[in-house]
Order: sequence, then structure tokens, then C-alpha cells
Amino acid sequence: MSDNKTLTFSIMDGPFEQARTVTVMRLLNVAARRGYNINIFAYEGAVSLPFARQSKHPNAVHGRDIEEEDHPLPKDWIASLIKSTAANGGQLDWINCGLCVDERGMQESIEGVRRGTPGDLWKWACESDNTLIIGTR
Amino acid sequence: MRALQIIESAYRCTIEEQDDPAVWITHAMKGAGADLGVVLRANAVNYAVKNQDASGLVFGSLEQSQPPRIDQDIAALMDKNIDVYVLEEDCTERGIPSADFISGIQFINREQLPEVMEQYDQIWHW
Amino acid sequence: MANYLLIESRDPYATHEVRHDFHLACNLAKAGNKTTLFLVQNGVIPTRKNAISSGLLHALDNGVEILCDEFSLRERGIPVDTIMPGINIAPIDTIIDHMVDGSKVLWL
Repeated sequence: MSDNKTLTFSIMDGPFEQARTVTVMRLLNVAARRGYNINIFAYEGAVSLPFARQSKHPNAVHGRDIEEEDHPLPKDWIASLIKSTAANGGQLDWINCGLCVDERGMQESIEGVRRGTPGDLWKWACESDNTLIIGTR
Repeated sequence: MRALQIIESAYRCTIEEQDDPAVWITHAMKGAGADLGVVLRANAVNYAVKNQDASGLVFGSLEQSQPPRIDQDIAALMDKNIDVYVLEEDCTERGIPSADFISGIQFINREQLPEVMEQYDQIWHW
Repeated sequence: MANYLLIESRDPYATHEVRHDFHLACNLAKAGNKTTLFLVQNGVIPTRKNAISSGLLHALDNGVEILCDEFSLRERGIPVDTIMPGINIAPIDTIIDHMVDGSKVLWL
């Protein structure tokens, strides 16, 4: 059940590099469960989080084939969060910074991701109940 | 809505981007009508130091023709009526003489930072 | 006066700036703001009772509420009964609660 709260997040980190990605996903999961409207402005390396060509791999060190390893992919987490937000009455809107996409060649994103500009972040911030910037280091 | 941009991360990808992403997005949002202030803390206090020069890099046969000019980017924020504050103690800790800073910067100490934060609706830490 | 939630994901042993983050929390509290420090990721490392962590103790002494992410503790094998008195365990939901309540929320 949605109570119409809207939260905006800006994130900067690409996948498989640091712990912030998982913490962000945990935060989004809470907001999704509550049916809040969620805005994500992906800046810099974060535009690669929903990159469509991420793929699973086996892991010989773990002694597991590709199915057993079941390697997490951020693009799948995002797709699942988009669905669960909608199922709970909210909407997850993801904007990739367009210039950041171009310089990284990350044009192929999963469905539900669109291009935008910092102006979109500011507009969202003005319209939202709150905004959290999660910078990189 | 007013947002205070506190910038900590510095010189992370400035050569590749030819600017700092937190400073750049401040300019971009200001262009979109944002009401912003800036605090430079930690190593980012060095962004307000005069005469930074990142020119001369060559990779193979490729010369970087547009090196970052962070001090000028900071000065340009103030030209757009954005208040730029620098944390005094972080400058002292790094041995940066006050004469080395571009003009127009407002120095505040740690005890004064909450007063500045109070003036803004949201605090965005980069 | 405002409500502040400062999210600390780094530890003071690896990152010098964290000590200044604790100092910021103290100054916000001393200025009359309701100030909460939420420790997550490696931010929970200095919470063990025997840790050398004067910054956290100083923050507690100055009226800063300190919360510790339950998952981050468990991920690092830090039992909840081994963390220093005065620090409380909290779910990650706490951050969302503060955002909804209109706190000024900073990821440090």
C-alpha cells in the first residue's frame, strides 16, 4: 500500500567495486516494500549498474558451475526492485546521467532506465519528500 | 528549496573528466535553477588554491588538450552568486597559507559549520 | 533546529576524515540539533567494547544518538552483546524512516 511518499537518491559507484552498491540496494528494497515512489539519479560510474550486458559466470575457486554459483548481477536487482515497487503501489524511476553513459559506452540499459541530466536531479529533489546523495570516494 | 553541497572527495577523476564531478553537477544544477551553496572540506579545500596546473599530460601520441582548471571552476561558482565556504582547520592541517586561495572564498571553522548547514533545507555530501 | 542523520560507512582507522565526521556530529548536537549517527558497512568496526574509539565515546558524551546497522555487524561477526554501551542496533529501515520524517540526511 503506497502512502505517496517520494524519495530521491543519487548514486555514483559502479558495480562490483565497493560496499555502497549493496547498501543502496538495501535502502531501495525498504522503500520498495513500503510502496514509496523512488527516484534514482545514477551519476558517473553508477550508470553501469543497470547495464544490460552484465552476465553470470561459473566460479572454479568456489567449485561451482554457472547455475550453482548464481552470481548476483546489479541489473537483475534493479529490475526486481522496479517490479516490487510497482507491486506495492509505488514507482521506481531510474535516470542515468546521459553524458556519463556516453563517455562509458553504457548505452545498453535494462528496461525502465532512461537518460537525463542534473536538471532532472534538481527537479526530483524539489518534488520529493527527501533526497540522499551517496557520493563515491 | 536550498541545498548545501559539501564536497570532500578531491582529485579523484579530474584528469579524465577535465573537471570535478561534484563541482560540475553544481554548475549544471545551478543552470537548471537550483539554489545552492558549497562547502569545501578535507582534501577538497585544495580546490580553492590558486594556480593549479594539470597541463602537459600525453598518453602515447594523445595530448590532453583541456586539462581541468578547478580553481577557475570554483571561482565561476562564486560568479554565479553561489556562496563557497572552506573549512579553516582543514586548510591549516594541510599547511595551505591563506594567501594561496582565490579571492571570494569564505573561511569557516568546524564550530561554524552547523550554522551554515542550518541555512539550507538539504545537505548533499559528495 | 533540525533533525540530522549522519550515515558513516567508513572507519576512523583507515580514513582520517571519519574523526572529523564524529566531530561534526558533536557540533551539530551542541548547536541544539537532534543528531543521530548511523554506522553501516565498515563504519561498525569501531563499535567493539575494547576498540580504541574515542570519537564515538565523545559523540555519545555530547548527546549524539549512535545506531549500528544490524546486518553490517553480523556480516563482520561482531555479536551485538560485544558492542560498547550506549550504541543501539537498528535496521537499515532507520535511514528511510529519517528521510520520510524530513531529517537532513547526509552520507558521509
